[in-house]
Amino acid sequence: MSLLSVKGLWKGYAGQPVLQGLDLEVPAGSLTAVLGLSGCGKTTLLRVIAGFERAERGTVSLAGRTLDDGATFLAPERRRIGYVPQEGALFPHLSVQDNVGFALTRSERRGKQVARLLEMVGIAPLATRMPNELSGGEQQRVALARALAPRPDALLLDEPFSSLDASLRSRVREEVHELLRGQGVTTVLVTHDQEEALSLADTVAVLRDGKIVQQGAPADLYEQPSDERLARFLGAVNLVAADFEDGSARTALGRLPVRGERGAIGRAAGLVMIRPEQLEVRVRSEDTHGAGTSAAGLGGRVEQCRYYGHDALLHIRPEHPGPTDLLLARVHGAQALPVGTEVTVAARGPVTPLE
Amino acid sequence: MSMFVAAEQAPSRWTRAWSGRRRWPLVSIAGASAAAALVLLPLVFLVVQAQQSGWSEVQRLLLRHSVAVLLWNSVRLTLACTVLCAILGVGAAWCVERTALPARRLWAVALVLPLGIPDFVVGFGWVSLEPGLHGYLAAVMIMTLSLYPLVYLPASTALGKVDAGLEETARSLGLGPWQTFRRVTLRQIWPAVLGGCLLVTLGLLAEYGAFEIVQYQTFTVAIFTEFKLGFDTVAACTLSLVLVLLSVMALAGELALGGRSASARVGAGVRRNAARVPLGRWTAVVLFALGALSALALGVPVGSLVYWVLHGGSSTLPSTSILAALAHTAAYSAAAAAIATALAVPVTALAMRHRNRLTLLIERLAYLPMALPGLVIALGLVSFSVRYAFSLYQSSLELIIAYAILFLPLAVVGVRSAMGQSSPRLEEVGRSLGHRPAVVWMRVTLPLIAPGLAAAFALVFISSATELTATLLLRPTGVNTLATQFWTYTTDFSYGAAAPYAGLMVAISAIPAYVLGRRMSTLARAGAQA
Repeated sequence: MSLLSVKGLWKGYAGQPVLQGLDLEVPAGSLTAVLGLSGCGKTTLLRVIAGFERAERGTVSLAGRTLDDGATFLAPERRRIGYVPQEGALFPHLSVQDNVGFALTRSERRGKQVARLLEMVGIAPLATRMPNELSGGEQQRVALARALAPRPDALLLDEPFSSLDASLRSRVREEVHELLRGQGVTTVLVTHDQEEALSLADTVAVLRDGKIVQQGAPADLYEQPSDERLARFLGAVNLVAADFEDGSARTALGRLPVRGERGAIGRAAGLVMIRPEQLEVRVRSEDTHGAGTSAAGLGGRVEQCRYYGHDALLHIRPEHPGPTDLLLARVHGAQALPVGTEVTVAARGPVTPLE
Repeated sequence: MSMFVAAEQAPSRWTRAWSGRRRWPLVSIAGASAAAALVLLPLVFLVVQAQQSGWSEVQRLLLRHSVAVLLWNSVRLTLACTVLCAILGVGAAWCVERTALPARRLWAVALVLPLGIPDFVVGFGWVSLEPGLHGYLAAVMIMTLSLYPLVYLPASTALGKVDAGLEETARSLGLGPWQTFRRVTLRQIWPAVLGGCLLVTLGLLAEYGAFEIVQYQTFTVAIFTEFKLGFDTVAACTLSLVLVLLSVMALAGELALGGRSASARVGAGVRRNAARVPLGRWTAVVLFALGALSALALGVPVGSLVYWVLHGGSSTLPSTSILAALAHTAAYSAAAAAIATALAVPVTALAMRHRNRLTLLIERLAYLPMALPGLVIALGLVSFSVRYAFSLYQSSLELIIAYAILFLPLAVVGVRSAMGQSSPRLEEVGRSLGHRPAVVWMRVTLPLIAPGLAAAFALVFISSATELTATLLLRPTGVNTLATQFWTYTTDFSYGAAAPYAGLMVAISAIPAYVLGRRMSTLARAGAQA
């Protein structure tokens, strides 16, 4: 059952449409990431769901309760939706515990609840600090604890980790993920970082041109994006020409199984997407040298090597410039090859046809 | 603007956009409308009164030879003083902020303190020691010495905020130190300097007391005399319109010279403070110059007050209780400060949170009294009350309203910077945590803006307590404030009797002014670092 549901949402500013008929279903208890470029309307979507802005058209409902449908509009304070803005937006005049207890009644504040929440986000020792004495990560945790305090039905996170520096980001991200999982709160997180979306969320919805273009499990999205733009947005891709026959694709890299059911049916030829980590690169030994395209793979030369530590991205120019003029292959960091190395490239696993 | 364009294209979207906004708080609208009406009231009745006499009479009044003399007097004084204040203010600010000046914290305070001494008290200080002092040069000297801090303060704040990186980049691009100052530093602080100069100009146009003391005839002095001694309301109102026109020209001049030009810092990165210029052999020269400035601007008036308080001197006028005058001053000023601050809150809140043409217009209107001398506001209120609300005429309420209108701009400035402390984002979060807007206002917005509200209150209070011109015109019969009692004694040459009243006014205004100045500069520094 979907807990939070947005249907046909339109919203614009100063005559410029931002959201244009957006549909989004957020399953109960899930963490759904809305992924999109900066300025694509992610924050606007959250603000409409939270009730800070009104929808121009469309409906927003939470657990069957209508929040906004043009006729009725529920004030933000009556929605039971927690909101963690980008900068955390802690109340600067209140201590950490008063921030967290803001939504609670006087008697609740006196009880153990605040302490329990602080414990939960791991900042119990900081209870009496003021917000300006906290680091960025600590501020985010306070903001999260504050939003969770009134036990909201849903939680909205607006780029919660983007203000943290890289080393801190992944740690806080992990902790928050654990925490939300433990709480079972239905959460919508918006981000422009595809790695963040893919690694954290149960479901990823990609927002583009004011609409959700595709929504699904991270692996489905990564492996079977609906079009080339989306494929490239989620990670590096190789697009290779292919002839389709009997549910497989014949390419310069050999005959490869086709993933899923779409694409190949009814078409004789087209492009298939192969992710860089699907390519297997082998240094060509003396005896196979000059063999060109063989059953073992496509011959080529390393033209560039981007070394990232845990892995490396090789740019390989095929010997016979044909359907693709440059192949990207992701290899183990230890396998980074010097520029100029002669290699053979083979593909593994199923490929995805693209329009 | 773009909203209006959209409205023409798609009316349905327009109405939807409106309903999409949070509902307008009725209390705010009522408050802001009241503020706008109050500000316009004196101006409207000034015009009504002036045109009573008919066009030919207006022409006769304005084309007199004496008007040309007044105009010439006002203009040459304004130009000389403004230029001198700019040079002194920027020069002193540069020495304090950018050189390795000894005891610079002390100088920073000493150079601002003259702001706490009302202009007419500075005039009193000089003339009571040197009775022969009068005319143009005396007026220029006294007004420059009392008004230069109006340039010094914004210039030093702006200099403190200029990123040293900009100047270093200019040097690395081949500019010499003087060229760098002229083309980079001065450009950065230019809007602040012009803003200060505008305040100087408006202050000069509005001044009455100091010029009366040194017997220099400006428009304001002439209008005051026309009304108070000649009982000619029509002439006074007509001449006042010229005064308003001069003030508006000063405002336009500031705009034309680039007073609002952008000087925002582009790009992120941490701002660095500039290295201080070592003064070397010049140390003695700079110390002497700043010392002389402080001695003339601060030492003479304060010393003179102390002298007269100590030596006393009898007055032939009946003695009145200084405590009664103090009580009146405090009561009127506190009431005016409360009203002005209360009006400034809805004006600012609407302009910042419900930004559109109407709310911006109301906010601009709230700044209008800056260009209206106290005398003009007083005359407008008199014209109104005499005709339509006689019970208001010469009542305490009328004086309080005049103060509130006159110093509304100060309250708006204070409240505006305070509102900046509370972002709408915080209020939204407060509501998403389940509290009604009124509760969020009490628990989030109010605590955050409270220090700013206190600052706005203090500014209006100080200014009202040291106001002379409007007070002389509007005070209820038989009631004396510190300023009016001081004035009565001064015009009677009873300097010894007058001095304690001036001393009290200076004490009331100097101490909070100093504290406020420190707070403002701390805020500015925090803002620059954030």
